[in-house]
Amino acid sequence: MVEEAWARDRHALSRSLSPDAPDTVEYRDVAGDFGWIHSYETGSTVDGPGVRITLFVSGCLLRCQYCHNPDTWHLKDGRRISYDLAERALAAYAAPLRVMGGGLTISGGEPLLQPRFTRRLFAAAKGMGLHTALDTSGFLGARADDEYLQHVDLVLLDIKSWDPATYERITEQDVRPTLEFAERLARLGKPAWVRFVLVPGLSDDPANVAGLARFVAPMRNVEWVEVLPFHQMGAFKWKALGLEYKLADTPTPSPELVERVLGQFREAGCRAR
Amino acid sequence: MPTQTTITGSEADAHRRSAPEWSGFAPGGWQHAIDVRDFVQRNTVPYLGDETFLAEATARTKAVWSKLQPLFKEEIKKGVLDVDAKTPSSLTSHKPGYIDRANEVIVGLQTDAPFRRAIMPFGGLRMVESGLTAAGFQPDPIVHEIFTKYRKTHNDGVFDAYTPEIMACRRSHIVTGLPDAYGRGRIIGDYRRIALYGVDRLLDVKHAERALLDAKWPTDDVIREREELAEQMRALADLATMAASYGCDIKRPAANAREAVQWTYLGYLGAIKEANGAAMSIGRLSSFFDCYIERDLKSGVLDEAGAQELIDQLVQKLRIVRFLRTPDYDALFSGDPYWATECIGGVDLDGRPLVTRTSFRMLHTLTNLGPAPEPNLTVLWSQRLPDPFKRYCIRMSAATSSIQYENDDLMRPYWGDDYGIACCVSAMRIGKQMQFFGARVNLAKCLLYAINGGRDELSGDQVAPAALPVTGDILDYDDVRARFDGMMEWLARVYVHAMNCIHYMHDKYYYERLEMALHDSQILRTMAFGIAGLSVVADSLSAIKYAKVRPIRREDGLVVGYETSGEFPTYGNNDDRVDLLASELVSTFMSKVRKHPTYRGATHTQSVLTITSNVVYGKNTGDTPDGRKAGQPFAPGANPMHGRDSHGWLASCLSVAKLPYADAQDGISYTVSVAPSPNRREEEEKVEQAVKVIDAYCAQGGFHMNLNVLNRDTLLDAMEHPDKYPQLTIRVSGYAVNFVRLTREQQLDVISRTFHGQV
Repeated sequence: MVEEAWARDRHALSRSLSPDAPDTVEYRDVAGDFGWIHSYETGSTVDGPGVRITLFVSGCLLRCQYCHNPDTWHLKDGRRISYDLAERALAAYAAPLRVMGGGLTISGGEPLLQPRFTRRLFAAAKGMGLHTALDTSGFLGARADDEYLQHVDLVLLDIKSWDPATYERITEQDVRPTLEFAERLARLGKPAWVRFVLVPGLSDDPANVAGLARFVAPMRNVEWVEVLPFHQMGAFKWKALGLEYKLADTPTPSPELVERVLGQFREAGCRAR
Repeated sequence: MPTQTTITGSEADAHRRSAPEWSGFAPGGWQHAIDVRDFVQRNTVPYLGDETFLAEATARTKAVWSKLQPLFKEEIKKGVLDVDAKTPSSLTSHKPGYIDRANEVIVGLQTDAPFRRAIMPFGGLRMVESGLTAAGFQPDPIVHEIFTKYRKTHNDGVFDAYTPEIMACRRSHIVTGLPDAYGRGRIIGDYRRIALYGVDRLLDVKHAERALLDAKWPTDDVIREREELAEQMRALADLATMAASYGCDIKRPAANAREAVQWTYLGYLGAIKEANGAAMSIGRLSSFFDCYIERDLKSGVLDEAGAQELIDQLVQKLRIVRFLRTPDYDALFSGDPYWATECIGGVDLDGRPLVTRTSFRMLHTLTNLGPAPEPNLTVLWSQRLPDPFKRYCIRMSAATSSIQYENDDLMRPYWGDDYGIACCVSAMRIGKQMQFFGARVNLAKCLLYAINGGRDELSGDQVAPAALPVTGDILDYDDVRARFDGMMEWLARVYVHAMNCIHYMHDKYYYERLEMALHDSQILRTMAFGIAGLSVVADSLSAIKYAKVRPIRREDGLVVGYETSGEFPTYGNNDDRVDLLASELVSTFMSKVRKHPTYRGATHTQSVLTITSNVVYGKNTGDTPDGRKAGQPFAPGANPMHGRDSHGWLASCLSVAKLPYADAQDGISYTVSVAPSPNRREEEEKVEQAVKVIDAYCAQGGFHMNLNVLNRDTLLDAMEHPDKYPQLTIRVSGYAVNFVRLTREQQLDVISRTFHGQV
C-alpha cells in the first residue's frame, strides 16, 4: 500500500520531477542538444500518411485517465539521448520512408515539452525529404512558434473533450490552450488531423461531441477528424506502474456508438473517420 | 529403344520448324533449339490490367473439388490415408488413377487412387519402412528382401562413405537434415519442354548429345554422363508410356491450351512418381501457359471460364501430391510439405513485365479453391511490375496469406529472366541449372563448441577436435571470436565432406533421370550449404562484445549456461553494431565453405533459411550467451529472435535486408506477420501502402518476404479446433503450411512471434 501511495504521489502533477531523477543531470532542454525519449517504433500506418517512424518522447503535463502510455509521463523516466544519435537513427530509415511516402511522427509524452530538441529533429527530417507530423495535446501549443511549425507538415491534434469540465476530469488540465492552438493552426492554414478518443461514459456525451464538431467544422486546415475508440491495451502499464486505473471496467465503445459519433461529426460538416 | 520414326538431316529440321502444333506462334530460335525462354519472350504479351476479367470455378472443377473434401478432412484426423506398400514407384509402376473421371479436365495421379501414397525405396529403405510403420501399415517382406539383399539404396551408399567424424556431427545435431536418407529434391525439370516440343523431339536432341559423348575418351566423368544420358532417354520413353495410359500422346507437341497444361503436368507427375524430394518445385509455368491460352481464346475454342478451369484443375492436382515420410521428417520440415513452387511475374531482361492474364489466373486459384500452402505460389517482385498486378497480389495476401514474395530485381542479374525457385528461396535457371541440396549446419551450436573446446554442451561428448576451452570468468570478445573462427573452419570442412559423399551416392543410386532429362546436357551445378541460428549467434556475439557474459560451468568444466548482464544491441533493430556482425557471419562461413572442392565441381552457395525446423534446432541446442535458454526455438530463417526486434517491422526488415545476397545466393528467408489493421482507413489506401512496403523492402536489397496477415485470436482458436480451420495457412520462413498440421509447440511458436503492427 505504501508503495502504491508513493507511485500515485510520484505521478501527481503537483510534483514536477520524478523523485528518483538524479539532480546532477541537466534536464532542461536548453539548446536541444539532447532529448528525453521513451522509445521509437517503425512501421506505423496510423500516425500520419504513409508508413512512419514514430518517436515517443517522455514527459507530459496531462494525466489522461485513459492514457495508454503512462510510462511516458515523466521526462526522466525516458532515456537521455544526444541529438546526434537521434538524427543518425532517423537517417537510417530515410530512404525506405521516402519510398513509402511516409515520414517522422513525434509523439509521446508531449513533444512540445522539449520544443528545441523536437524542432531540430523535425528540421532534419525535412532536410531528408521526409513528411513530418507532430502528435500533441495542444496544451503547450504556444511553445510551437511559427518557425517551429514551418518544419511540421501535419499536426495530429488530440482534443480530448470540448466541454471544459470533462476535459479537466479526463486530463487534470485546462482545455483552453488546446482550443487556442487549434484556432491558431486554422489561421495559419497548417494541415491538421483532429483526434478524439471516444471513451464510453467519459467523452461520449452527445453535447460534448456536438460542441467539438461545431468548433472544428469551419476549420479548412483540418483534413480529418479521427475518432479513436478507447481500448484497454494500455491497462497493464498502469498496473505495472502501481497506478490506480480508473477505467479498468470501462468497455470499449460499441460499433453503434462509434457510428453515432462519426455521424455527429459528419453532420456538422467534418470529414470524419 | 527409339520410340519414333527417325527422320534425319535437313528433312527433319524442316519438319520441326513447321510443327503443326505451333501454328499461330511467333517464330524464333526456340524452333531450332530447345529454348523455352525464347518461346516465352516472343509469345507473351504483358497484361497491364486488373483482375476484373477473372472467372469463377466451373461446375466440373467444383465437382472434382467436392470429391476431395472428405478426404482432406479424413487425412487431418488420420494422417496417412492409404499406401501402396508393395510397389516401388516408377513412371510406369501404377495404373492410371482418377478422382472423378468425367469431370477431370487435367488428369494424372501419383498412384492409381488419390491420397494413396507410393513407396520410393531407392532413397533409403529405412525411411520407407519407418514411414509405413508410423502410419499404421505393414512393410512388405518382398520389398524388404529386394532392397536389403539385391539392391543397394542411396542411404546405404552414403553411410558406406561417411567418416566417424560426420557420424558424430549428425548425432550431436550440429549438422542436421542432410539428404542422406531421403531424396534431395531441389531439382526443377523444365516440364514446359514436353508441351512445347513433345518427347520425340527431346529424345532426338538427347541422341545428338549422346553422339557427342560417344566421341569422347571414356574418363570417369564421360562414362557417368553416358550412363546418365541413357537413363534420361529411358525415362522420356517411360514418360510417354505413362502418358499414353492416360490417353495423351505426348510424343508430339501440345496442340492447344488444355494439352499444354496436361503435357506439362504429366512431366511433373513423372518426376513425383520417381523422386520423393524434400522440395519438388514445378517451375515458372503461368506465362508459358498464357501463350497457349491466348491463342485458343483468339481462335474461339476456349473462353475465360475454360481457361480458369485448366489452371484450377492443375492446382487441384498440385494440392494432392503426397509422399510417404516419417514423423521425424515431418517435425523437421513442419507438416508434410513438398514445395511445388510456382513462380509468377518478374520482368524480363529488357524490363518488360512477364505478367500475363494467367499470372492472375494462377493467383485466382486461391479464391476458387480456397487458401492453401501448395502449390507454393511465389511472386517475383520487381519495382516494374504493373501496378494493378501488385495490388492484386496484396489483396490476395491479405485474404489468404498464401503468397511469398521474392526480389526479382535482386535475382535477375544473377539468374536471368527464366529462373524458377526450388523449394522456397533457391533460384535456378530452369533446365540449365540444378542444385545439390545440403540442409544446414547449426551455427549457434558451433559457437558453443568454440567456447567448450569442441565438446557438445548437452552431451559433453567431444565432437570437434579437442581444443582448450575458454577460461576465465567473463567471455572476452576477441578470444571467443578467434576460437569461433577456427570452429567454423572445422565445421565447414566436415560439412563439404559430408555433402560430397551424399551427392556422389545420390547420383549413383537415386539419379533423378526424368528431371535431368528435362535439362540441358551441360548444366551449372550448385552445392547449397545452409546456416541456422544466425540471429542467435549475432546476438550472442553482441552480448559478449557489448555486455558482460559470465559462463556457468558444471563440475567437469563444461560450460552449460550463461549469465548475461548489461545491455547489448540485438539484431532486428536496424542497428549496425550487431547487423554487421550478422552480415559478416554470413560472408565468413561462406568463404570457409568455398575453400573445399565440391563433388562434380559444383559452385558453392549458401542459404539463411530454416523453415520451421528452427524449433527442432532450438530443441537440440543448449543455453546461448544472448540469454536464450536451452531448448528454446531459434528464429526462423534470417528473422530476428522473437521479441527482440523492438522497433517495429521496418527496423526488422532493414536489418534482414543488409545480409549480403552475394554470399547467400541460395536465399535469405524472412517472415513478417501482420495482423489486419484495426483502423478505418480506406481499403485501397491500405493496399497502396502495402505495395509501397514491398517496393521499399526490395529497394533496400531485401531478398524474400513471407507475408502473413492474421490475428492472434484466429490462431488460438485454430489450436483448439483444428477441424474448423482445415485450410488456415500460415507462411513461415520461405513457405506456407497448414497451421493445423503443425505440432502444438510450433503453433505456440508461431503465435508468440511478434505480431507486428499494421500494414
